[in-house]
Amino acid sequence: MATIAAPTRMMGAPIKRREDPRLIQGLSHYVDDIKLVGTLHCAFLRSDYAHAVINSIDTSAAKELPGVVTVITADDLGEVGGIPCGAEIPDLKVPDHPPLAVGRVRFVGEPVAAVVATEAYIARDALDLIEVDYEELPAITDLDKAVEADSPLIYDDFGDNIGFTMPLEAGDVDAALAEADHVVSQRFVNQRLIPNAMETRGVLAEYLPGEGTLTVWSSTQVPHILKTQLSLIVNVPEQKVRVIAPEVGGGFGSKLNVYPEEVVVSHLAIQLCKPVKWTEKRTENFTTTIHGRDQVNYVDVAVNNDGTITGIRARILADLGASYQLLTTLIPTLTNLMIVGCYKIPNVQIEMVGVLTNKMATDAYRGAGRPEATYIIERMVDLAASTVGMDPKDIRFKNFPQPAEFPLEIPTGIIYDSGNYQESFNKALDIVDYDALRNQQAQLRQEGRYLGIGISTYAEICGMGPSIAMPAGGWESSTVRVEPTGKITVLTGVSPHGQGQETTFAQMVADEFGVDIDDVIVVHGDTGRQPYGIGTFGSRATAVGGTAMVIAAGEVKEKMAKFAAHILEANPDDLVFADGNILVEGSPDQSVAFAEVALEAHVAKNLPPDTTPGLEATHFFEPSNFTYPFGAHIAVVEVDANTGEIEIQRYVCVDDVGNIINPLLVAGQVHGGIAQGLGQALYEGAVYDESGQLLTGSFMDYAVPKATQVPHFETDHTVTPSPVNPMGVKGVGEAGTIGSTPCMVNAVVDALSPFGVKDIEMPLTPNRVWQAIQDAKG
Amino acid sequence: MIPGSFEYFAPTALDEALSLLQEHGDDAKVLAGGHSLIPTMKLRLAEPAVIIDIGQIGSLRGISESDDKLVIGALTTHHELESADLVQQRVPLLAQTASEIGDVQVRNKGTLGGSLAHADPAADWPAAILALDADLQIAGPDGQRTVKATNFFQGLYETDLGEDEILTAIHVSIPDADTKGTYLKMHQVASGFALTGVAVVLTKAGDTCQSVAVGITGVSDAPYRASGVESELTGAALTAGNIAAAAEKAVDGITALEDIHASQAYRQNLAKVYTRRAIEAAAS
Repeated sequence: MATIAAPTRMMGAPIKRREDPRLIQGLSHYVDDIKLVGTLHCAFLRSDYAHAVINSIDTSAAKELPGVVTVITADDLGEVGGIPCGAEIPDLKVPDHPPLAVGRVRFVGEPVAAVVATEAYIARDALDLIEVDYEELPAITDLDKAVEADSPLIYDDFGDNIGFTMPLEAGDVDAALAEADHVVSQRFVNQRLIPNAMETRGVLAEYLPGEGTLTVWSSTQVPHILKTQLSLIVNVPEQKVRVIAPEVGGGFGSKLNVYPEEVVVSHLAIQLCKPVKWTEKRTENFTTTIHGRDQVNYVDVAVNNDGTITGIRARILADLGASYQLLTTLIPTLTNLMIVGCYKIPNVQIEMVGVLTNKMATDAYRGAGRPEATYIIERMVDLAASTVGMDPKDIRFKNFPQPAEFPLEIPTGIIYDSGNYQESFNKALDIVDYDALRNQQAQLRQEGRYLGIGISTYAEICGMGPSIAMPAGGWESSTVRVEPTGKITVLTGVSPHGQGQETTFAQMVADEFGVDIDDVIVVHGDTGRQPYGIGTFGSRATAVGGTAMVIAAGEVKEKMAKFAAHILEANPDDLVFADGNILVEGSPDQSVAFAEVALEAHVAKNLPPDTTPGLEATHFFEPSNFTYPFGAHIAVVEVDANTGEIEIQRYVCVDDVGNIINPLLVAGQVHGGIAQGLGQALYEGAVYDESGQLLTGSFMDYAVPKATQVPHFETDHTVTPSPVNPMGVKGVGEAGTIGSTPCMVNAVVDALSPFGVKDIEMPLTPNRVWQAIQDAKG
Repeated sequence: MIPGSFEYFAPTALDEALSLLQEHGDDAKVLAGGHSLIPTMKLRLAEPAVIIDIGQIGSLRGISESDDKLVIGALTTHHELESADLVQQRVPLLAQTASEIGDVQVRNKGTLGGSLAHADPAADWPAAILALDADLQIAGPDGQRTVKATNFFQGLYETDLGEDEILTAIHVSIPDADTKGTYLKMHQVASGFALTGVAVVLTKAGDTCQSVAVGITGVSDAPYRASGVESELTGAALTAGNIAAAAEKAVDGITALEDIHASQAYRQNLAKVYTRRAIEAAAS
C-alpha cells in the first residue's frame, strides 16, 4: 500500500468550512459560554501608571464588599512561579516576570491585584475599593531614547534597557557598500500593532481536591504548552493538569502564550476549590494582550547602476515592552533571518537590539518578524530602483534567484526549500496589465492626478519547523482511529482557532480511506484527548500537523488492508479504498464494506495471524526544514493630493503556497491576511504618549480595517510544491499579511513620486500623506 | 466593560421625565439611544446614579410637516431620518447627513436629539442643523422654550440645555426649490466620527449666490457657522474662483483641534477643501 494518497476527490476541492454552520448560528462554545455550577468570577486591578513604585496596596475595603470572596496580591501567590520566556538568545537579560506586580509596575495595564466574587459585577465594583499608593517614575517609551546611555532604567540591575543584541554577518558588507555605484539609506518605523482577535482572552479553571486534578479552559493557541507550563508554575503534577481550548475566536499569535491571568485564575481555583472564571474586557485586550511589530530600522543598501543589489546593512531596534511573554525575544530574530527576502544579496550585516520599554510586551502577531523583514527589503528595493532609475519591476527580476537554484541557501543561514519567483511575478504583472497601467499613470499625471502602482514580491518562512530551530519542539502529532462503526476520529496536536483544519484535515483523511467526509471528525484543543502536540502558529498546522496525520492514517490503512485481504482472501497490495468499500483493484465484485472491516477489527474473532486488534495509529512528525511560500502583490491606488485620501483601485496577488488542499480556505486566509496587512499600511497603530498611556485603547481610536475599507481582491496562484513534506504544502496563514504591507506603501509613494516623496511613515493616514506632500513641496 | 450600578426609570410621559430630572438633579442622566452614554458608562468614565430612559415617551418620536417646517421628535433615529420619504423629499440634506453617521447599528439606535444634546465636537448632525438654521425645542420645569441652533452649541460637550431640561423636537424650515443642501465628510477611520464635516445650504439666483449657510463640525471644540465664507460668497457669482476664495475663510477666527488623528494644520486644510467641495456640489 502507498502511504500517501494520490490527489482524488476531496484534495483540492473548494468545499465550504464544516465549522461555519455552528459559528454562524451562534451554537459554538467559547470559554465564556462554558458554565460550571458555583463558578466564581475574577477581575484584575491593573496599573494606571507606565512606571511606578508600589508603596502599598490596601485591599481591606474591597474584601468587605458583600459578595467578594477574596482579594489577592503578589504577596498571596506563595510558591507560584513566574511567566515563562521561551526563547534562548545568548547573553539575554531575563527580568523576573511575576504574575502580579511585585514592588514596581512597568506598564499600564500590568496586573497588580485580583478580586474573586460571586458575580462579575461585584468583582468589578471591588476593584474601585482597592487602594494602591504609587510613586511615579519616569516612563521610557521611545526606542531611540531608551538605548541612550543616560536613559532612566526599567530594571535597575540591568545597567541599560537592552535585553539582548544579536549580530548577524555574512560576506563583507563594508566592501559592498564602498564599492557599489550607490548606497541607499532609509529609516523605517514598523509601528506597534494590536492583534484584536474577535474573541478576547478568557480563562475558566476548576480544581477537584479529591482527585487533585486541575482543568483549565483557556482561549489559547497552544493548549499542550500551556498545560506543561501551568503544571510547573502552579505546582500541580502534569499528569493531573488538563487544558482545553474550546472554540477559540481568533488569535493571530496573541494567544500563543502563557499569560498572568491563566496562572492567577488557576491558582485561585486551587486555593478556593471552586471554579473561577475571568473573561477579558476589550479594554484589557487592548492594553494587556501582547502587541505585535514595533521596530525602528536603519537600513543601507548597496546597488549598482544595473540594478544589482550587492549588500544590505541594518540596525534594528526591536521594542520588547516591559517584560517578556513566551516568544517576545524570539520574534524580532525572524526579521534577521528573512532580511534578504526573495533576492540574492550576498553581503548582509545586521545589528539587532532588543529594547525594554514601559509598554505591553510585544510577541507574535500574524507574520511575526517576517512582515518587518519584508517591509525593509521591499521598500529598499523600490528606493534602490528609483535611485538607479529602473522600473521597480525590472530591479526585482534582476535580483531574483533562478528556479534551478533551489533549494537555495541564503546568507542568513537558512535554506529556501523551493521557488519560482519569476512565474508568480509574471502572472501578477499579466493580470494587472502592468505596462498599460504605467501608460495610464503617465497620462493621469498630465491631468494632475496621482495614480500609484505598488509592487511587493516576497518570500516568507513558515511550516515551523525543525525542532533544532525552535524554542521547544517543532514537530507535531496526530492519532487516527477507525471506530468499530467505521467512523473515523482524527486527533491532532495542532489547535485550530479559525484556520479550518476540521475541514481540510477531514478532506485528506476522507481521500486516504475512500470514505465520505461526514464520516470523519477532527478533534483538537484538549490535552485530555489528543497526544501531546505543539499548537497552531507560524503557518505550521497543515505542513507539520497535517503530515503527522496523513502518515498515521497511512499506518491505519495498511493494517486495515491486511484485515480486508484476510476477509477477501486477496493480497493487501491489490486493494483499493473507495466509496466506503475496500475492493480488489480490477475486480469490483471482490469487495467488503469499510465499516464491516472496522467492526471485524474490533470484534477480533477472525483476524489474520501476526496482527493485533484495533485500528488506531499515532505518529509524531519531525519536519526536516521550514517551508518558504512566496508570491507577488500589486496594488493600484489613486491619491487625492488635496486631502491625502487614498483610493485602492485594484489589488492583485499571486501567491505560491505549494499544493492547495482547499482553494476556498486558501482564499479566505489570503483575504484576511491582506486586510490585516493593509491595516498596518493604512490604518492601524498603537500610540503611547510620553507618560506611557495607551492613547489608542479602544476601537474609537484604533482603526482595524472594516469590510468597507478593503478593496476587491484579485487572487491567483502558482504551485511550486514543497519538498519538505509528502503533501507538498507550504502554509498560507500569514502570506497575505507579509506581502501586502509594503505593497500598499510602495503604491502610495509611487503615486507621490512627482512631488519627490520618498517615504511616508506608517500608517499612511490621510493626514500623513497630505503632510508628506506639503513637506516635499517645501 | 461593566458599568457601575444605577437606578433606572423609564417614564412614559414628558412631565414624568422632567419631574424625575428635577428630583435627582446632578445624579441623573437622560438616556435616549444610548450610543454616547452607554459606552462611557461601560468604561466607567460616567457613573450616573440614576438613569432616566426617555425611550418610552411616544410624543418625542416621529417626523411631521407643519407650516413649511419639518418637526422632528428628538427621539427620531438616524435611520428614520435617512429613510423617511418626507425627509428625502422636503429636506434631503437631513437624510444625506444621517446616512453618513456611524454604521447600520448606530443609525438604528442613535437619535437626533441625543446627538445634539451630547454635543460631541465631531458629531455629524450639528453641521446640518446649523446650516439649516434649525430651531430646537426644549422642555423644562418652567415649560417650553425654543433656541436657535446657532445659540445652542456652546463648546466641547456644552450646550444651552439646562440640567433640568430635555430637548424635545427640532424644527427645520423646508427650503424652497432654488435652495440646495449638501453634507460632505471625512470619516475618522476608527470611530466613523467626522474629522471634518461640512454642511452647505445654498440658494441660487441665476448664477449668483443669493444666500449660503455653512455649518462645520469636527474641526473645532464646537460646531460653527463659517460666517467668513458666507459673507464672502453671498451676492457673488458662483465661479470656481469665487467659491475657492470663499472656502479659504472656512477656519477664520476658529482654533482647530489637534489630536492623534489629525494635526491642526491638516484639519484647517480639510475644512477649506471640504467647504469648497460642498459648495461646488450645492451650486451645481
